[in-house]
Amino acid sequence: MEVFIQQVVSGLATGGIYAALALALVMIYQATDVVNFAQGEMAMFATYICWSMLNAGVPYWGAFLGTLVLAFLGGIVVERVVIRPVENAPILSIVIVTLGLLVIFNSVAGWIWTYVQKPFPSPFPSKPLKAGNVFFSAHDIGEIVVTLLVLLCIWLFFKFTPLGLAMRAAAHNPVSSRLVGIRVGWMLALGWGLAAVFGAVAGMMIAPVLTLEPNLMGGVQIYAFAGATLGGFTSPGGAVLGGFIVGVVENLVGTYVSFIGTELKFTVALAMIIVVLLVKPTGLFGISVVKRV
Amino acid sequence: MTALLEVRDLEAYYGRTKALHGVSFSMTAGGITTILGANGAGKTTTLRAISRMVRTAGSIVFDGTSLEPRVTEDVVRLGIAHAPEGRGTFVHLTVEENLRLGAWGRRERGSLEEDFARVFAYFPVLASRRRQAAGTLSGGEQQMLAVARALMLRPRLLLLDEPSLGLAPMVVREIFRILRAVNQDAGVTILLVEQNAALALDLADHVFLLETGRVVMEGPSEVLRKDDAIRRAYLGY
Repeated sequence: MEVFIQQVVSGLATGGIYAALALALVMIYQATDVVNFAQGEMAMFATYICWSMLNAGVPYWGAFLGTLVLAFLGGIVVERVVIRPVENAPILSIVIVTLGLLVIFNSVAGWIWTYVQKPFPSPFPSKPLKAGNVFFSAHDIGEIVVTLLVLLCIWLFFKFTPLGLAMRAAAHNPVSSRLVGIRVGWMLALGWGLAAVFGAVAGMMIAPVLTLEPNLMGGVQIYAFAGATLGGFTSPGGAVLGGFIVGVVENLVGTYVSFIGTELKFTVALAMIIVVLLVKPTGLFGISVVKRV
Repeated sequence: MTALLEVRDLEAYYGRTKALHGVSFSMTAGGITTILGANGAGKTTTLRAISRMVRTAGSIVFDGTSLEPRVTEDVVRLGIAHAPEGRGTFVHLTVEENLRLGAWGRRERGSLEEDFARVFAYFPVLASRRRQAAGTLSGGEQQMLAVARALMLRPRLLLLDEPSLGLAPMVVREIFRILRAVNQDAGVTILLVEQNAALALDLADHVFLLETGRVVMEGPSEVLRKDDAIRRAYLGY
């Protein structure tokens, strides 16, 4: 039983990372119909920026917040400079552009910081927490708390601020949004900025576990895709829940199904994507969108 | 009296297709003007041209300001509210959120409570549906919401695209009664596009008749109502 609880909590911790990245994917997908394949690499890049700041002697939470600000601006710049010009191009072209971004971010990170794995600090104590007979890693618990805080902030932002409302409107109905005076293009750019922030949080939280290298987010992004697909690409809340579920399932299957172990864990994510697409393509909480072509 | 809106030689294009062939008209402040015409005459396109949603040539001047170099979002900020064809409801959002968005492009900030009170006085049914998703409203209620959302801007000019489309006659009469009240209480100038000529002639004080992208007739509605050609073609008696 203790093992089970430990595995669930540790699954929730990584699940939170998947949830944050899944939310980033879904936000951009909802606003622009584009799946941003570079989301994970942008997150990795942000994590390197944090690492550089830490190396320069900036205290952890200062570097953390500084990275979020830079990630936000970086996301906006990527949208304005790279995505905007191909905005009206066929969907496949935009997908190719995001794949190009993936390669660029990956290589540039390798070029600047090399491919050598770097240890990344955790802001949480290394001493495990004890509850009854069960020990939890403090980093796992901290990770869950940070992710939930970020999710809470973003929910409050979208639900209760005029800007959040305008962003939701611009995503759902750009034509009507323009007719009430919303600058839709900037709302999309802000969306990219926010998505980059979630990615950065995910990167900085997972890096202490995986150690920092340019391929840090490759696997995480697959799990995030699984989470978003499971919850539904049309449902931000569903994607978050999907991310958590994927994290827990991944961990439990790795622990209890002996032939899978740690080596085959990855296949679990892909299997989940395929099963969801076969059984319920819209995901658990998604709605099917009918489009006139 | 100077014109609030002055349109000269307006041409509009969808891709290479020309939809308006030199439309000219002007509107004085405080009035209700209607554009009549058959399907495809260019009524909706005229409104879309004013809101800068379609490529145009010619001039559109609103209260001394040229609209052609502006984008839709900036036209809204001049006080031109557009309740578009198909109502443009934000179906995922609540009625209240729809209304809040209506005030987004408004010059004067300040509290929205006064505006909520004003539009709910015109449309009490929206007050009772305030927290409901707008997509769950009936067609008539959504049309009311479209007008109410436009009013949240405190517009100087209100563009209405076929507010009667697909609605029960009783609902349509109610909406038109409210439009008259809006025009009289707040002095909002209205440019109305309608297929229901009888209704539009009752409401409007001035009429333009559009045929295949050109203004073919214009005048006060009492005069045009009596015109034989209009009567036969648009009023059906």
